[in-house]
Amino acid sequence: MTATTDRPPPTIDVVGLTKTYQMGDVKVEALRGVTFTIEPGEMVAIMGPSGSGKSTAMNLLGCLDSPTEGSYRLDGEDVEGLSEDALADIRLRKIGFVFQSFNLLPRMTAREQVELPLMYAGARKRRDRALEALATVGLADRVDHTPVELSGGQQQRVAMARALVTRPQLLLADEPTGNLDTASADEIMDAIEQLNIERGITTILVTHEMEVALRARRIIRFRDGLVEKDEVMT
Amino acid sequence: MTAVDGLRVAFRALAANKLRTALTLLGMVIGVAAVITLMSIGAGVQTSIEERIRQAGTNLLSVSPGASSNRFGGFRTRSGGGGGGVQTLTAQDADAIAEANIPGITSIYASRSFNGSFVSADGAVQASVQGVNEVYPAVRNVEVGTGSFFSADDVDRASRVVVIGDTLATDLFPNGDAVGETVRLNTQPFTIVGVLASDGGSSFQSNDESAFVPLPTLTSRLNPSKTSAGDDVVSSIVVQLVDESDATVAGVTQEIENLLLSRHDSEEQDFSVGSQADQIETISEVTDTMTLFLGAVAGISLLVGGIGIMNIMLVSVTERTREIGIRKAIGAKRRDIMSQFMIEAVAVSMGGGLAGVLIGVGISLGLNELGAGAEQPTGGGGARGNPFAGGLVTTITAEPIILALVVSVVIGLVFGIYPASRASRLAPIEALRYE
Repeated sequence: MTATTDRPPPTIDVVGLTKTYQMGDVKVEALRGVTFTIEPGEMVAIMGPSGSGKSTAMNLLGCLDSPTEGSYRLDGEDVEGLSEDALADIRLRKIGFVFQSFNLLPRMTAREQVELPLMYAGARKRRDRALEALATVGLADRVDHTPVELSGGQQQRVAMARALVTRPQLLLADEPTGNLDTASADEIMDAIEQLNIERGITTILVTHEMEVALRARRIIRFRDGLVEKDEVMT
Repeated sequence: MTAVDGLRVAFRALAANKLRTALTLLGMVIGVAAVITLMSIGAGVQTSIEERIRQAGTNLLSVSPGASSNRFGGFRTRSGGGGGGVQTLTAQDADAIAEANIPGITSIYASRSFNGSFVSADGAVQASVQGVNEVYPAVRNVEVGTGSFFSADDVDRASRVVVIGDTLATDLFPNGDAVGETVRLNTQPFTIVGVLASDGGSSFQSNDESAFVPLPTLTSRLNPSKTSAGDDVVSSIVVQLVDESDATVAGVTQEIENLLLSRHDSEEQDFSVGSQADQIETISEVTDTMTLFLGAVAGISLLVGGIGIMNIMLVSVTERTREIGIRKAIGAKRRDIMSQFMIEAVAVSMGGGLAGVLIGVGISLGLNELGAGAEQPTGGGGARGNPFAGGLVTTITAEPIILALVVSVVIGLVFGIYPASRASRLAPIEALRYE
């Protein structure tokens, strides 16, 4: 008993997760009952053809959307039935996002981009923390550059710094290398892997590329809204 | 997110679209500047009319023909048209009031005017000719420049003497002194005994283009108009009081009413007695309404400015859907997004309001400067027949400024709230997917 209570709760614990969209007259079942757990510090790749429900799953795991049915406990906290603002607060405190299309704000310098979540959190010493996060992703010399002045790989690293600066438990990367050339993609994946190992940030990444997926130690394959295969790499 | 953060975010967004921000601002600027300018013009007109009436003496009572309270007697004596259709007031009424020795009355004159044509060797002019008596300059604070006003003797004998205004003198005798010259008034020779000092010429109730003759001269020689009883019709009787206290005004008004009622032998009161205070009050009402009307017209442009803000904010929300999605994804709450857009809207409306106040005050002061320039005697000729032309005086008061600022902030809030709430309600995933 003592051993189990001391153990931290899984970062992600989903049971029977279902998401149904109403597209005009047609009901689309994007997820049809998905169950899995991800322990703290794991690095998991989610793969699957388009339409398999992996993006929907990412949105639900990222608290950007609410499931139609099923339960989702994030870091032991039940997310079900929370208000939009409460979900925003969870995103702010616990989750960092890296998107395929970077999703940086135009006309803002790298430092300002990274300060943004700290601003919404009402944190102090934002400047110092933003500069530190940028240094972690190797952009200490680009802090005053705006997105148009940065390469794709550099932009994605700014996005990573923005995701990390609030010290989240969970990093969600949705095809983080999809818009990058091979060299930049390797750099980004190195950075993600390094953070996972050094800081123990639970990392979930969606990808098409086997090469990228193999960086993870576990691959969950989706097909037709269900988990097709959940395998641990050796 | 602190208030400073909110301001910083909003101002960055506004700075990113400078031209658009400036144009939206312009809508507010024009609205507020128009409100300030028009209301200061209204207030200025009111002040200048009131000043003119006060200058003419506030201890005056004016008796006008007609049953209704004829509050515009002061206008009518100057308009040259006589008393409309009502012809119940006579010179003999004035004599009766004078002979009754009512306590509180210091002077009295009756007057009527008509449009006369003056011909001199150097000019021919149409002008309003007013028949009055010798007390007129003292009662109305009119200053004679050269020569003198006609005497009681001239009035008694119905002499062919005339006192003319400054502009009229210049028109008829451009080369020099008009006093002592003879001028033909409606073909009859009249001697000019005095020229009035110019009173600015451009303001309400100016005498610069008028002429004065003894009332008996007017009623017997120039423009006879008799009642069926054979009395001489006048358009007003003006009484000067010892003071302007309510007791004196009320007492004398009562005495005059009693006297004239018995003289006129009529069932209903066919005349009215009004004080200068009544006139000022009436004019204030009229000009207040005018000022309000001008303000309302300008207010419409403020409203249009507000709609402009809403329009551009809606465009901005649509354009920045993705930005909103990103902000929400990284943890912005509804109120963070809401306040970002509200601050933008209020900043534009308030900035426009402030700039509008500065410009409005600037225009008002500028009009005042122009007005002061036109008040010079040399410019007086251009103001013929229009008491408002030339010297447009504006009065800037605090109320419209405060009002305009408050309204502009309210406009920002009212027209900003819909776009802002729309932005705050965007679903994060849909906003993120927006191209």
